Amino acid sequence: MTMQRREFLLAAGAAAGAAMLPGCATMGGASAGKVVVVGGGYAGATCAKYLRMWSNGTVGVTLIEPREAFVSCPISNLVIGGSKSIADVTVPYDSLSRRWGVNVVRDTATGIDVDKRTVTTAGGRTFAYDRLVLAPGIEFMWDAIPSYRANPERAIEIAPHSWQAGPQTVLLRRQLESMRDGGVYAISIPVAPYRCPPGPYERACQVAWYFKRAKPRSKVLVLDGNPDVTSKAGLFKKAWNEEYRGLVEYRPNHVLTDVDLATRTAKFETADDVKADVLNVVPPHRAGGIARAANVITANNRWCEVDFLSYESVRGKGVHVLGDAIQIAPGMPKSGHMANSQAKVAAAAILQQLGGQAPSATPMLTNTCYSFITDKDVVHVTSVHQYDRDKKTMLAVPGSGGVSPAMNELEGRFAMSWARNIWADTLG
Amino acid sequence: MRNLITAMALVAAAAPAIAQAPDAALARNLAATCANCHGTNGMTQGTDVEPLAGKPKDELVRKVQEFKQGKKPGTIMPQLAKGLTDAQIELMAGWFAAQPAK
Repeated sequence: MTMQRREFLLAAGAAAGAAMLPGCATMGGASAGKVVVVGGGYAGATCAKYLRMWSNGTVGVTLIEPREAFVSCPISNLVIGGSKSIADVTVPYDSLSRRWGVNVVRDTATGIDVDKRTVTTAGGRTFAYDRLVLAPGIEFMWDAIPSYRANPERAIEIAPHSWQAGPQTVLLRRQLESMRDGGVYAISIPVAPYRCPPGPYERACQVAWYFKRAKPRSKVLVLDGNPDVTSKAGLFKKAWNEEYRGLVEYRPNHVLTDVDLATRTAKFETADDVKADVLNVVPPHRAGGIARAANVITANNRWCEVDFLSYESVRGKGVHVLGDAIQIAPGMPKSGHMANSQAKVAAAAILQQLGGQAPSATPMLTNTCYSFITDKDVVHVTSVHQYDRDKKTMLAVPGSGGVSPAMNELEGRFAMSWARNIWADTLG
Repeated sequence: MRNLITAMALVAAAAPAIAQAPDAALARNLAATCANCHGTNGMTQGTDVEPLAGKPKDELVRKVQEFKQGKKPGTIMPQLAKGLTDAQIELMAGWFAAQPAK
């Protein structure tokens, strides 16, 4: 455990302890209703905590999550670049149970009966709910890559996606460390929408940062399925032209069609094959599988449409969907910050619905995404989204939001401060 | 008017688990959008970002309005403040002012 991590845990403990509420000791006490949350990422964990906090512990909350600890996708590109370790982006679930009285169940939700209002798990347990929150994140569309279909688990050992933080993050870092100087790292980016719009470009910067110091004859190829950089385009291109001149090459309109796993060669609709030493393929993705079991995937057979006042599925029946799994509103990114913000709107709405009231009619969301260009220099994009009553969606406010004028170290400090605060807000 | 808004914010802050009226928790809900950077209930982790809990309402409104009107430099906040209505700024500031600083 690093110093930073220890400090974070101490600080998180102090803050959460100070805010501890009576009733937390009685885990799962459910006088005012029962909520089951499936998925302990930014969306699910935040929703579980805020349901307990805002109900003064009167609403019983069960969080079903298979992983032992939370591993943050934001900041994990620094693990790939080598300036942070996986421990630096890992946070335990202990505070949710100990401080907030969330019943944290380490299991995988496998079945949902929306009429009986129950969730069943791989471990053979059944949980009843009054309201269900699905925060399943993403699953990859393996069928989109023919060579992956038969055995995706093997394919991602050869060409990792590293788009769900954890062992895949560590694997990509190891592959980069083993690569010879003079080698090629290539990242394939799916057509939008995908999780974390600036993430692939930040990753290219972090790999370039590593190469510049350790393997300066190597090259980073950004193979983008989109016609242009989808976020902070000017800032990333400036970094590739200046900070990483000669190291990074950007190629738009590279829609992946297949991968030759034996030679780590990526194939595209209308562009030449690319053979890489380290091949990082981010396959297209859709709402996590449990959303299908609940029959709430309603858009393009991929995403879940929701009512933005409550995040209840358009199919209703007390099933709420949060985070990367939803069909986004215009200009709304699939980000950890957005997932955390959506979770609070949903928590407030669920408490109102359990009390027989309509959800608040004027929710507001903010988003901030920091991207590390070097290990210290950062650029941001931020936006504010207000509910539009006529269009029944969240709309970015004209004239608000924006990006950094240039990469800078001050925002590098703010980015790490953001991480500490959002981790504590989500899990502490 | 200001007293009324303050009163509303205080009511919201003191509201029990389940809101008495659809928007009784509005100030609390809006203020929660600040927590990602400024900490749960405005109790900030670390020292790089200003804590909001327990700060005087007038001071918070003045600072955010200066960001909104382009009178105060910053990174994120001038861009975020432009997306907030004056009424939202009043509600959030009132809610944070009513929170314990520790």
